[in-house]
Amino acid sequence: MDASAAREPIHLVVNGRARDLAVEPYALLLDVLRDDLDLKGAKRSCDSQVCGACTVLVDGLAVSACTYLAVEADGRSILTVEGLAEGESLHPVQRAFVDAGAVQCGFCTPGMLLTTRALLDENPAPTREDVLHYLRGSLCRCTGYRKIVEAILAAARARGQASAPARVE
Amino acid sequence: MSRRAPLRVVGQPVPRVDAVEKVTGRARYVTDLVLPGMAHAKILRSPYAHARVRRVDTARAGARPGVIAALSGADLTWCDPYFGPAFRDRPVLAIDVARYEGEPVAAVAAVDELTAAEALDLIDVDYEPLPAVSTLEEALAPGAPLVHTGEPLAGHFADLATLRPQPGTNVCHRFQWARGEAAAALAGADLVLEDTFRFPPVQHYAMEPHAALAAWDETGALTVWAGTQNPYSVRVELAKMFGVPLGRIRIVVPHLGGGFGSKTYAKLEPLTAALARATGRPVRLAASAAEAFQTVRRCSARVSVRVGLRRDGTLVGVTCDADYDVGAYADIGPRVVQKGTYTATGPYRVPHVALDARAVYTNTTPGGAFRGFGVPQLAWALESLLDVAADRLGRDPVDLRRQNLLAHGEEFAPGDTPIDGKLEESLGHAAQAIGWTQTGAADRGRGVAAMLKASVAPSVSEAIVRLHADGSVAVLASAVEMGQGTRTVLAQIAAEVLAVPVARVTAVPPDTAITPYDQTTSSSRSTTMTGRAVQMAAEDVREQLFRVAAEHLGVPARELALADGAVVAAAGRLAYPEVLAIRFGMSGGELIGRGVVAPGRTAAPLGGSTPFWEMAAGAAEVSVDEETGAVRVERYVSVADVGRAVNPLLLEGQDEGGVVQGLGHTLLEEMVYEEGHLLNGTLLAYRVPRADDVPRALECRFVENADGSGPFGAKGAGEGSLIPVSPAVANALARLTGVRLRDLPLTPERVWRALRARGSR
Ligand code: FES
Ligand code: FES
Repeated sequence: MDASAAREPIHLVVNGRARDLAVEPYALLLDVLRDDLDLKGAKRSCDSQVCGACTVLVDGLAVSACTYLAVEADGRSILTVEGLAEGESLHPVQRAFVDAGAVQCGFCTPGMLLTTRALLDENPAPTREDVLHYLRGSLCRCTGYRKIVEAILAAARARGQASAPARVE
Repeated sequence: MSRRAPLRVVGQPVPRVDAVEKVTGRARYVTDLVLPGMAHAKILRSPYAHARVRRVDTARAGARPGVIAALSGADLTWCDPYFGPAFRDRPVLAIDVARYEGEPVAAVAAVDELTAAEALDLIDVDYEPLPAVSTLEEALAPGAPLVHTGEPLAGHFADLATLRPQPGTNVCHRFQWARGEAAAALAGADLVLEDTFRFPPVQHYAMEPHAALAAWDETGALTVWAGTQNPYSVRVELAKMFGVPLGRIRIVVPHLGGGFGSKTYAKLEPLTAALARATGRPVRLAASAAEAFQTVRRCSARVSVRVGLRRDGTLVGVTCDADYDVGAYADIGPRVVQKGTYTATGPYRVPHVALDARAVYTNTTPGGAFRGFGVPQLAWALESLLDVAADRLGRDPVDLRRQNLLAHGEEFAPGDTPIDGKLEESLGHAAQAIGWTQTGAADRGRGVAAMLKASVAPSVSEAIVRLHADGSVAVLASAVEMGQGTRTVLAQIAAEVLAVPVARVTAVPPDTAITPYDQTTSSSRSTTMTGRAVQMAAEDVREQLFRVAAEHLGVPARELALADGAVVAAAGRLAYPEVLAIRFGMSGGELIGRGVVAPGRTAAPLGGSTPFWEMAAGAAEVSVDEETGAVRVERYVSVADVGRAVNPLLLEGQDEGGVVQGLGHTLLEEMVYEEGHLLNGTLLAYRVPRADDVPRALECRFVENADGSGPFGAKGAGEGSLIPVSPAVANALARLTGVRLRDLPLTPERVWRALRARGSR
């Protein structure tokens, strides 16, 4: 490694936990998560911002960690698939994927779940068209997508039901 | 008695046993594994389609700080550097000649990936470019440059011993088969049609790229954690390569991020193991998705079919001349050609048949196994031509097919398994679901197609089932979980036989040191073959439970049954922990059951009788934008004859995925070569189906007559849904527009040109 590539300190909040790291200026967020923080959930597939397997949320926005510099994430809050569930209870999006049979090999799944989470935060009641549009950056080679789309719509419905009484109160 | 009891778990849409680990990110794939002291490898690949490799100088790379080893083919003197399942024609790293663009020429292992990648730039290779052949036409032309000049070493599978290259040509294997007098039959037919169809080279793109992690231990034993569909085949390759007994090589298979055939047989494992040996460290080789395009692809094909029919629609003869492009190394290509061509006549009764197929070497990425294994290429041709025949005879395409379908119990070929399904039901359901007999919208066209495919034969599966002292169960089998759900299905089968909840069953991941032999996870065989072995092993445990309980209770074993984790008799029940405590005199010990499925060789034309016939039908409804030529599949129905759906939810998901993968090569996908140079070898340039490409209505159904040879009447599935897609879509397009396309994919440009040529209507 060239000595010129001095490490830079960064501060991240990953899945709610503060992390202080020193990273190379060219280090990708995906490698920092997977190698430095041992969070192996985000996957590398296309390595070129096409497939979405590496998707994580940075300040709530879905990004491709394979093409996102770790230094850019300095001071930001990151959510990975490992942070979705609350303790042992699955997040409603995870539950919906399990119930709908939207998981096969599982390689696309972490990215799909976080993409879904970002979609539903942005648009709690998406139409099928909204979902299809949102998934343009998320590939899956196993499922044929139908059950993934069903799972996303089911998660939206479940969330709508869960939040509806809260509004009434 | 228990055999007649209604099924409890088999047939239920139970959630996948690995679903929670997968949605929480805990599921481990090869590249998630880390070993202490692990080095990282990168591959230097040939920039030429064909070149003499005069010299590879790795000295500068090897001297770079952080580099542990840099190897070229010439360095591999301490092992047998060739591998390959059909022929051992492939060097681990190019030796003297590089035969395709992207062929591994040298490799570096270093402390991290970046160092390894940078060291590749320091390797000097002196290439002398050679004339290349990158198409079938070029490869088969008289005097064509030869991809291989020497006689390749035989591969290691006895059933492939009949494969032969033709010296002095690029023909790597020729398969011929005939029945009756095809030429005479065609001469006497009322209608003879002939046409040539093309199927493109396509990429599997399993989302997890190829990867392996290898480590030698102090005793000289090798362990490889590999993303492979065939741990036992990989073990054989490595044993040959390093001259080590099989028992000292251990292949461990974690989750696979998809396979589709791309991870059958050895891929990166030989190189990774060689680097681990050279460095004395664990070595991880994690390829990129772009490197998958340089590792394996589907064999492209040019298929000429002649069909002869009587005026009444009866098929009398078929001839098929098929050339498959298997790329620069044989891989399993010759068997793809042989098996694919064997069922060139599809699910139809054809008395006179003459088949002649060639596997042809070219200077392109090696072609290998890909979902459908040679059948999609031929079904594309035959099923398209049958629609033309229906048109010419003024017949309904569904009726014409129905008239010629092989019936349940009918012979497909002498000595092979009789037809074990009722495809007329699948075809009928597919036609009905698409609304075949109803008038559709004027801007929509409908088409159907059917398929038949043999599974690999002879083949072997073994399994062990262990009943533990607490009444929980472990299934030891080597079927690889690559998304299809085999761990869940095997757990369901054991749970069914032993009357325990699926949650009490653990399907142990494949590990050749622990889980017994299984030939391959491919050919749609796992549920039938491995599943049957698991069923037998569980039944073995059941018989042991009965013996212990019968003696203890003083009742005949035939009066016993299993229910809710206990042996039950009229007199009372004994929970499994009690039975084991009785058997062993303490709370310990376990019952071990064994199952072996090994049907052996037969007189069937390919040497083994298929354990089942995979059969399915598809129906498509399409629209086309006449301005742009863009074809849209609006609705699609797939109906597969599966005997019994052990898990309908998983099966439906697998078939949906198969249809969409089929839509990929039907509408979008093609690896485009120009003079041996791959133009679109990345996901940026190579378009696979996205969610918005999927038909609005996609329905996958099953015919279940419990007529399969697998557990509870199941038979293989998962490839059948893909195969009818292209002809069904093209047939729909032809019925809508009058335009018949012969080359896949049906790109807007091709369709637009064809519409133009047809003229406006
Ligand atoms: S790996 Fe990052 S988008 Fe594909
Ligand atoms: S489940 Fe395998 S890629 Fe989506």
